[in-house]
Amino acid sequence: MKRLVVLGGGTAGTMVVNKLRKKLKDEEWSITVIDKDNDHIYQPGLLLLPFGVYRPEELVKKRAHFFPRGVKFIQSAIDKIVPESNHVLLAGGQIIEYDQLVIATGTSPRPDQTPGMDDPAIWRKSVFDFFTLEGSTALRDALTAWSGGRLVIHITEMPIKCPVAPLEFAFLADAFFEERKMRDDVEIIYVTPLEGAFTKPTASKRLGTMLEDRNIKLEPDFMVDHIDPEAKTLVSMDEREVPFDLLVTIPLNMGDDLIARSGMGNDLNYVPVDKETFLSKSYSNVFVLGDASDIPASKAGSVAHFAIELFTENFVDYVEGRTMKHRFDGHANCFIESGHGKGLLIDFNYTTEPLTGKFPIPVIGPLPLLKESRLNHMGKLAFRWIYWNMLIKGRRIPIPALMSMAGKHQVTTK
Amino acid sequence: MPVIEIAGKPINVNEEGFLTKYDEWDEEIAKVLAAQIEIEMTEAHWNIIKFLRADFKTQGETATARRVQSVGGVPVKEQFVLFPKKPAKKMAYIAGLPKPKGCV
Ligand SMILES: Cc1cc2nc3c(=O)[nH]c(=O)nc-3n(C[C@H](O)[C@H](O)[C@H](O)COP(=O)(O)OP(=O)(O)OC[C@H]3O[C@@H](n4cnc5c(N)ncnc54)[C@H](O)[C@@H]3O)c2cc1C
Repeated sequence: MKRLVVLGGGTAGTMVVNKLRKKLKDEEWSITVIDKDNDHIYQPGLLLLPFGVYRPEELVKKRAHFFPRGVKFIQSAIDKIVPESNHVLLAGGQIIEYDQLVIATGTSPRPDQTPGMDDPAIWRKSVFDFFTLEGSTALRDALTAWSGGRLVIHITEMPIKCPVAPLEFAFLADAFFEERKMRDDVEIIYVTPLEGAFTKPTASKRLGTMLEDRNIKLEPDFMVDHIDPEAKTLVSMDEREVPFDLLVTIPLNMGDDLIARSGMGNDLNYVPVDKETFLSKSYSNVFVLGDASDIPASKAGSVAHFAIELFTENFVDYVEGRTMKHRFDGHANCFIESGHGKGLLIDFNYTTEPLTGKFPIPVIGPLPLLKESRLNHMGKLAFRWIYWNMLIKGRRIPIPALMSMAGKHQVTTK
Repeated sequence: MPVIEIAGKPINVNEEGFLTKYDEWDEEIAKVLAAQIEIEMTEAHWNIIKFLRADFKTQGETATARRVQSVGGVPVKEQFVLFPKKPAKKMAYIAGLPKPKGCV
C-alpha cells in the first residue's frame, strides 16, 4: 500500500483529496490529510463581511465534512517535514510517513513582521486586517461605529493572496460610506508598494481610473518601514508619512513557519516548484499546490482550482512512471467587487495580462471583462455556493483550466 | 521588440527600455543606463548590481528588494537611499535584468 499525505485541508488540500480519491484505487493508495483545526473558512467572504453582507458563522463549515470516504483526516498542527527521510513530524511528536507528499499549507497575514503594526495600543483598535475571520469581524464592528476621518487602505508587500482584494475593499468602502450618507466625512487613501493600482498595465489603468472616479487618493511606490502607534502614521522606507484614523492593512503574507522549520522555503516561506507541474525543485516525491508554492501566479482559489484539474491527471501518470502531460499556464479568473451591487471580471495567465472583452461561460452566458456590471457581482455572490458545493468537492466546473483568448480584445503594442 | 544603440553597441530592449538579453550587458552599458535615470554609480551601487547579476544567473529571475536584503546583505532602507523611490525597478534596469515580478 502506498501512502499519499496532504498537508493542509483548506481550499487546495480539500480539492485535491476529493479528486485523487476518485483516481487512485483504495487498495493501492491510502490518503491522509492533516490540518491544525476543523474550521474551513470561505475566505472570499472575508472581504464582504465587514460591510455586513455575511455574518461570521455563514463563512465557516467543518472541514471533515468535505473529505470523502477513504480519506483519513488527522487534526493536528504540523511541526515539520523531514523530506530526506520521507516523513512529517506532528506537533505532538507523532511521525507520519509518506511515499508522496502534497504541501497545501497556504499563506497567512503576518502583522508581526512590520514594526509597530501589531502594537496592542492600535492593533484591532485602529489598525485592522480582513484576511482573518477575527480581523474581518473586528473591522465590521469598527466600520459600523466609525464617524469618519482618514481611512487608509494599505498593502505591505507583494505577493498577497487575492491581489485584487484591497482594491475591492476600497471600492466597497466608498460605496458603503456613500450609502450611509457620510462619504463627505471620509477621506480614503490607497497606499501600495506597486507603481499603480494593480500589477498589469491594462487592468492597472482601468482600475486606477476607477479610484479617481471615486475620489480615492493613490499613494504608489510606498514600502512601509514601520507604523508609529502613537502618531498613528505609516512611515515608508524613504521617510514619507501617511497619517490615518482607521488603517485597513494587508500585512505581509507568508507561507507557514513549518516550511522554514523544514528548510524548504524561500524568504517568504514559499516552496520553490516547477511552475507548470508544481513538482518541488528539490524533492521528486513532493508537490506543492495552492498558495504555498512560489509560482508567479495570483494566490487565489481559482488558480488552485485550474492547477489541480491538470495536476490530478499528471499525478496519476507520474506515480505510474509516465511523463506528465499537462503544463499549467498560470490561469487566474477573479471577480472584482466595485460597489453598489456591481463588479468586474478579470481573466489572465503567466503571459497574457487581463484584457477587456467578453468571457464565455456555458449557460450563464458571456460576462463582460474588465468592465463593471451587475452580472459580475451576481457571479461573485454565486461563487460562495459554487465553492462549498462544487469547487472544493472536486466537481467539474465548466471553465477550462487553461486560459483561452476567446472573446478577449487584444492590445496592440506600438 | 526594439533594438537601440547604447555605448556604441546594438542592444535589445523591451517597451520600457529594460534589456532583454542577459549577455548583452556590460559595465559600460550599466553606466549609461544609470545616467539615464540620474543615478551616479558608487561602489555601494556596483555591489548591488553585481549581486543582482550573479543571483539572476543561479536563480533565473531578478531578486526582489527583500532578497537583496536577506541574501545580498543590503537593507531595503539603504536600497531606497541608493536608488530613490523605485529601488527594485531601478536596480533591475541598470543591471540589465527583467523588472522583478511585481507579482500578480
Ligand atoms: C479576503 C480574501 C478574499 C479572497 N477572495 C478570493 C476570490 O474572490 N477568488 C479566489 O479565487 N480566491 C480568493 N481568495 C484567495 C483564496 O481564499 C486562497 O487563495 C485559497 O484559499 C488558497 O487555498 P490553499 O489551500 O492554498 O490555502 P488555505 O485554504 O488557506 O489552506 C491552508 C490550510 O493549511 C493549514 N495549515 C497551515 N499551516 C499548518 C500547520 N503548520 N499545521 C497544520 N495545518 C496547517 C491551515 O489551517 C489551512 O487550513 C481570497 C482570500 C482572502 C483572504
